[in-house]
Amino acid sequence: MLDVTLTHLATLGSSAAASTAPIQTGSAVASTMHVVAATGVAVVPTVFEGAANTVAVIVLLLEFMMLRTALFRAQIRLYAFQSLAVSVLAVVVAAGRDIPELYVLAVVSLLLKVIIVPRVMLRFLRDSRAEIAGSGALGVASEIILALVVAGFGFFTVGALGIQSPVLPTAALGLSFAVVLVSFVLMIVRRDVVSQAVGFFSLENGVSLASLVVAAGLPLILEVAFLFDLLVAVVVFGVLIRVHQTRSSSLSTVSLNRLRG
Amino acid sequence: MNVVLLLIVVLPLLAIAVGLVVGRRVTQLVTGLSGIATFGLAMALIPGVGGHEIGHRVSAIGILRADSLSVVFVLATSFLYAATAIYSVGYLAAEARLAERLGGDEAAEFARYSRRFYVGMNIFAWSMLCAPLVNGLALLWVAIEITTVVSALLVAIDNTEGATEAAWKYVLIASSGLGIALLATIVMYYAGAQAMGQSYDLAFDPLIQSAHDLPATPVRLAFVLAVVGFGTKVGLFPVHTWLPDAHAEAPTPVSALLSGSLLAVSFYAILRFYQVALARLGPAFPQNVLLVFGVLSLLLAALYVIDQNDIKRLLAYSSVEHMGILAIGVSFGAPLALTGVLLHVLAHAAAKGNAFMGAGVLVRAYGTKSLTTIRGGLDRLPWSGPLFLIAILALSAFPPFGIFRSEFEIVAGGLQASRHTGAVILVALVTLAFMGLGLATTRILFHSSHPDSSTHPDDIPAHDDDGQAVDVRATRPRTTLVPPHNSNNPDTDTVLSGVAAATATSVRVTSARGLFAAHPAGARQPGERVSAAADDPNERLVDEMARTSSGRGEPSIWMVIPPVVGVLILLVLGVHPPAALVELLEHGAALLVGGAQ
Repeated sequence: MLDVTLTHLATLGSSAAASTAPIQTGSAVASTMHVVAATGVAVVPTVFEGAANTVAVIVLLLEFMMLRTALFRAQIRLYAFQSLAVSVLAVVVAAGRDIPELYVLAVVSLLLKVIIVPRVMLRFLRDSRAEIAGSGALGVASEIILALVVAGFGFFTVGALGIQSPVLPTAALGLSFAVVLVSFVLMIVRRDVVSQAVGFFSLENGVSLASLVVAAGLPLILEVAFLFDLLVAVVVFGVLIRVHQTRSSSLSTVSLNRLRG
Repeated sequence: MNVVLLLIVVLPLLAIAVGLVVGRRVTQLVTGLSGIATFGLAMALIPGVGGHEIGHRVSAIGILRADSLSVVFVLATSFLYAATAIYSVGYLAAEARLAERLGGDEAAEFARYSRRFYVGMNIFAWSMLCAPLVNGLALLWVAIEITTVVSALLVAIDNTEGATEAAWKYVLIASSGLGIALLATIVMYYAGAQAMGQSYDLAFDPLIQSAHDLPATPVRLAFVLAVVGFGTKVGLFPVHTWLPDAHAEAPTPVSALLSGSLLAVSFYAILRFYQVALARLGPAFPQNVLLVFGVLSLLLAALYVIDQNDIKRLLAYSSVEHMGILAIGVSFGAPLALTGVLLHVLAHAAAKGNAFMGAGVLVRAYGTKSLTTIRGGLDRLPWSGPLFLIAILALSAFPPFGIFRSEFEIVAGGLQASRHTGAVILVALVTLAFMGLGLATTRILFHSSHPDSSTHPDDIPAHDDDGQAVDVRATRPRTTLVPPHNSNNPDTDTVLSGVAAATATSVRVTSARGLFAAHPAGARQPGERVSAAADDPNERLVDEMARTSSGRGEPSIWMVIPPVVGVLILLVLGVHPPAALVELLEHGAALLVGGAQ
């Protein structure tokens, strides 16, 4: 089952990555068809657009991997990789659009999201003996299928809106919405605090992706403010995870069901 | 005027710094002074901003900016900041006395708790004051994100099971919502970049001025994302689910700030997006979006208010109701309705602050949040009982209070704009919610259904693990005594199987906090519950409160003063709002009609 879904995933990935190749054949995939349809002419994507879309696909694939990973530490490592991909995208955009500020952002993002945040999270987990997340609300296969549907919905909906400009890699914008939606799936179906927290952090990665794609010129000071806000949120998440762990001796959220009505 | 702006932002920072270095008493004083001074400064902004032409604004240090719209929200926040700062003195008094008497570890524990409480509260108030005063959508998002992380810690501060659960839900749901709001900000940035070039800072004025040149679809997308994203913090249906939990489990002063101020400030963020959307898309689309969210929120809240058993959750759902009213009011689009909406923000802050503060006293006096257990409040609490009643009447839009005037204006504005269906739905659902609030309040204040229930503190019911009130005088065990997640634990079942155990369980009286939560309930051994009865810290707290309560049962004079001021403000807003304020509100409404840049 998993293989099948991963094949689906690969198809989705290649559909976006396909826009990196010159469009000559009739097998243009939906996303590229959309570009063609919207602009009226089949444009040859630039290297920048291709690179941006490829990184966006990698971010989405890593999001799917988080969804199927059961080990807490592996999940946090995947988050670090995803953040690394986003930092790489910052470099790509900096070079492609000639915005030197984004190199600084890439470095800050690398420091915070690839090194500090995962370390902080792992430190919070150090005292925990739990290694494996409890079972999710759904089986892994169903989770992936659900996530595929949701990701497809996000990707094509944003595509259908026809938001475009000469400097915008359209597929990457759709992919960033897909990442956000899949991170919601991760938060909803997983029943442990670590997965839910990582789900939120990866949601932020999806938003960063969108920000790099559509708002590359956003002043650096604001981007950095966003990142530091994330850091504060990480600390608060960590504190609450610690409190929850001390209180219920587990990382599961199953016991958090008393407040209703 | 720009000095005033700067002071409003700096004063709470001073209070934070003081709270970090000195003891509780000085911090209390400084926090109270900071709150009162901030409120005074905010009032000074009324003529300074509203007294000029429509759209007049003052700014300072490049990133601070106040127009008539922002001043309304600063007024609401600074009033509640002052009120809760004073209220907190009484709120912590009994524990402070107990801690002083016990000394040693418990005194140190309480000192830590009160430092965290005051520092957190000041940061929370500061971030909520900054949000309406910063210039630009991006900074606004940053300020609101800070409110989330700080208030999540404040919700968790009591370190009970309920508080932990509420804080986790809150931080996860609200942060995710703000993730969506960030996406909205970024999409709006993209839209603006099409007109203003690739690098600009999302400041309000240029964005609204060039709104006509923005591409329509991204503006539409940004507005919807903003309503969903910031709507999570406003408590709009269906993303309101964190709200009742957080309001019910937070310490009362924090609940008052959350409800009266935080929700409104988040609504302010939606209004800023609304301004841009209105200028670009015309009124139909943004108003319809707000109408749908508003009606659904109002409907849900009205239904939950009717069937509610927890006094703080009751008020929390009432907040959802009032946020729904705000959204519907904006959707009417008429200047009269929009003036009503801005007045509603102020009146709701005063009324809901009062209601939470009154509820806090009731909870303190009865040791429970359960509406089925609190009885005869008017007899027992000579000041807080009537004040709570007035707050509920004010919330239900009774004349002569401010909410009557504001809701009247909203409905009249709706009829003026030929939004008859919306106006009828609004009136019907508000009436439904009034029924729920009225019934619950009548029961807890006027009924004395337990003939043997004297006002002796020994009658204060304990709580089971589940947060449900346990009436210690009950003659038979109640099934609710067994918490669902413990029901497979034979030890617990045995312990909880009788009334005696229920008395001994006494995990915590709702009003007891960090000091007494040093050993978390989850770590407590079943046997310990029974033996703990003799020296249960909660019972000591109850004794302490009974011993030191002033007058005919009011826990503290400091918990009465702020609601009295709140009632006066509600009367002023309802009977005859000052001309300068009316002018401010009208100017603010004009900004939302699109009359001024």
